[in-house]
Amino acid sequence: MKYVARGAVLAFFGYVIGIWLTVAIRGGSPTDEVAVVFGFILALLGWLGGIGGFEAFGRQWIGKTPVVSTSPGWRRYFEFSIDHKVIGVQYGVTLISVFLIGGLGAMLLRIELASVGQGILDLDDFNKVLSMHGILMVAVAVAGILGAFGNYIIPIQIGAADMAFPRLNALAYWLIPPVAVALLGAPFLGAFNAGWTAYAPLSVTNDSGQILFNLAIITFGLSSILGGINVIVTVITMRAPGMTWGRLPIFTWAGFSASLLSFCVTQFFAGALVLVTMDRVAGTSFFSPDVGRGLLYEHIFWFYSHPAVYIMVLPGFGVILELVPTFARKPLFAYKAAVVSLLSIVGLSVVVWAHHMFTSGMADFLHGPFMILTEAISIPTGIIFLAMIGTLWQGRLWFRTPLILAFGWLFNFLIGGITGIFLADVATDIHLHDTYYVVAHFHYTIVGGSIFALLAAVFYWFPKITGRMYNERLGKTFAIWVTVAFNFTFIPLFWVGINGMNRRVGDYPEAFEGPNRFASISALILGASFLLFIGNLVYSAVRGPKAGPNPWNSRTIEWHVSSPPPQHNFTSQPRVVGHPYDYGVEGSLHVVFDGNGNGSGHSESEGDSA
Amino acid sequence: MTMDTDQDTAVIGANDDDHGEYHPDTAFQPRANKIGLWLFIFSECFLFAAFLSARYFTTGTEIPEEVNQGLALLLTVVLLVSSISAYLAETSIRYNHRRNFKIFTIATIVFGLIFLVGVVIELSAATLHYPPGTPYGTSYFMLIGLHGFHVLTGVIGLTIVLFLGNKGHYGASDYWPVEGVVKYWHFVDLAWVVIYPTLYLF
Ligand code: HEM
Ligand SMILES: [Cu+2]
Repeated sequence: MKYVARGAVLAFFGYVIGIWLTVAIRGGSPTDEVAVVFGFILALLGWLGGIGGFEAFGRQWIGKTPVVSTSPGWRRYFEFSIDHKVIGVQYGVTLISVFLIGGLGAMLLRIELASVGQGILDLDDFNKVLSMHGILMVAVAVAGILGAFGNYIIPIQIGAADMAFPRLNALAYWLIPPVAVALLGAPFLGAFNAGWTAYAPLSVTNDSGQILFNLAIITFGLSSILGGINVIVTVITMRAPGMTWGRLPIFTWAGFSASLLSFCVTQFFAGALVLVTMDRVAGTSFFSPDVGRGLLYEHIFWFYSHPAVYIMVLPGFGVILELVPTFARKPLFAYKAAVVSLLSIVGLSVVVWAHHMFTSGMADFLHGPFMILTEAISIPTGIIFLAMIGTLWQGRLWFRTPLILAFGWLFNFLIGGITGIFLADVATDIHLHDTYYVVAHFHYTIVGGSIFALLAAVFYWFPKITGRMYNERLGKTFAIWVTVAFNFTFIPLFWVGINGMNRRVGDYPEAFEGPNRFASISALILGASFLLFIGNLVYSAVRGPKAGPNPWNSRTIEWHVSSPPPQHNFTSQPRVVGHPYDYGVEGSLHVVFDGNGNGSGHSESEGDSA
Repeated sequence: MTMDTDQDTAVIGANDDDHGEYHPDTAFQPRANKIGLWLFIFSECFLFAAFLSARYFTTGTEIPEEVNQGLALLLTVVLLVSSISAYLAETSIRYNHRRNFKIFTIATIVFGLIFLVGVVIELSAATLHYPPGTPYGTSYFMLIGLHGFHVLTGVIGLTIVLFLGNKGHYGASDYWPVEGVVKYWHFVDLAWVVIYPTLYLF
């Protein structure tokens, strides 16, 4: 805790000094946006230095040996630890907390929408809560699986001792708390009401809370970029002997693909927000109607944010593809085709962004190509679906919580994908754009595709990370509860959307009250399910029965080390000798460990009796 | 990093012997550093691409006549020359010519600082003729600012490796930090090779 305290104190002083210097040099008031910008930058540097960045990086720059803290026990979670497993847990706990805060926002929104007219929120406050909810949840979806499980699992799955750049990894994590503080602190400067998309010119002219949004998301982008580079380099350079690309576990492939997107396109969101910030504080006019145009913002923003939806969902594909073979006790169907599909989604997703802009007034001749390209993404997505269903087909299904959530995922994402086609079609989109139909579509894809996978991943890897088993009965109850409540919440929104209910407005015509009330009640039930989720996990992490190294009889490497894995993951060098998903193939082995003979690997003849 | 002692800091890269037979292989690190740097540079290209496309999107290729073509050309030459001196600095340390390394690194830093001074002169002139609110000024300030920031970080990086090199760090077999900073410097120069025509030529 002493490092967190030191970081917080330095951040505070950094903020004060930044504000004070700006006011001293140029005059004006301490709440001027220029002052806030400099305050934030110094606060960020103070925080990073204080939390341990100085010892880990700064000492090297002045010619001393860098050091990092390695406290035992729970204290390591509150310092600049460079252990990828610690960092994975830090990401997981932080982002699930952010998820719960964002969820509370959603509850407020649904309560307001339960009846016509203004209740607990007026129209502007509604948009502010909406924007906060949106950006917090997008952050969770972007960084959740990749930050928590990408960090924890990928190095072990490829047989590496850590990530390629452990210090950078720690830095990427410790950039996240300031993001959360800045976003949640924005209401003190009037909050932001431009939505998670922050469309200009509204985001240039609204309250000063927007400046904190911009700074926070630029920082978050930096974290994503560093994290992405780290994953890519780790997978390229640190694979254990025998871990060829053709044997790479599918979750690692998916994290790798998502990182290929996030490390480069994220610059566009950061860039767009830098431009908005400059318009606000430096007097440039990229988005003012006389010089630049709002359309410019939309192009730059969506060049990031369409690929971003795949940054959210590709790791989700990976999680589901990873656990389906385990719980169906069958080899992964069409592994190679799934890998090719992941990579072709990476390629395609950077050339479809303008499908968000069919009604924005861009040139007409762009509509056709963007429609066709968008629809083309359904092909690789469909192949990945096929791989999942082909694996489940005639499998010996073992219904545990992760598999139930995987079924929920399949159902939800199917609806999400199919409704997407109607949005990609120009003719129908002109009617559907900016209605609740879009809201329902992207909740089915993001909650259905990314958050459900995150939940499944939490249950699947929980015994590995904590060494203890969660309560299966409560887990199953939660899985069914969350799937049903989620569908009850969002199905009605398709209907009101098709009938013309606008999104981002805290009120609606009388005729939509019934479905809205139904959605609101379902939403509260959905929210309540997370009490069960948290209760189960917290209790089981402390009191659950010991899980042992491999409770699921899985074949990938992380299940062949102790739970939790030792420092540096292994006690002897792993060697990969076969494909990871040959469940039920007589005598097949994925990994052996030096020095222990072949017995420590998981051979199918003994393991398949589960 | 030891786990069972009560000491609570560890030296990065220190070897410790308590994992039994398992010694994590560290041979990957040089390759990882190189790939990591290239990925970072590739990622930076996207940022520049975003800002460059903003320039073409808002103002096309319009250029006001007040721009100081002479100074811009001079600064371009300075920056290109600095790439050569940076390259020579890297080559010198590779052959352990410490004196040359020092000379060429200092030269590169000086060129970088000259460039920055030139940028400040240009920007102050620009506030008179095409301030940030005007169509050209908007892109101009943004691109010059972005690039100037990169030059500044490059100069800081060069200063650090100069300082450490002076203290006896680096040699023929371990000069990765120098190589890294110099590659970054080349990238900053290359970015200018795109920005210069965008803002001054067409
Ligand atoms: C077959 C796959 C998909 C297709 C064809 C598709 C198509 C579309 C289209 C055309 C829009 C724009 C609608 C409009 O604003 O009028 C849209 C919106 C959206 N989609 Fe999808 N989509 C697909 C999958 C996904 C996935 C996988 C995700 C996320 C994981 C996603 C997230 C979103 C989001 C967040 C929006 C709305 C953004 C906003 O305006 O705030 N979509 N989709
Ligand atoms: Cu999209």
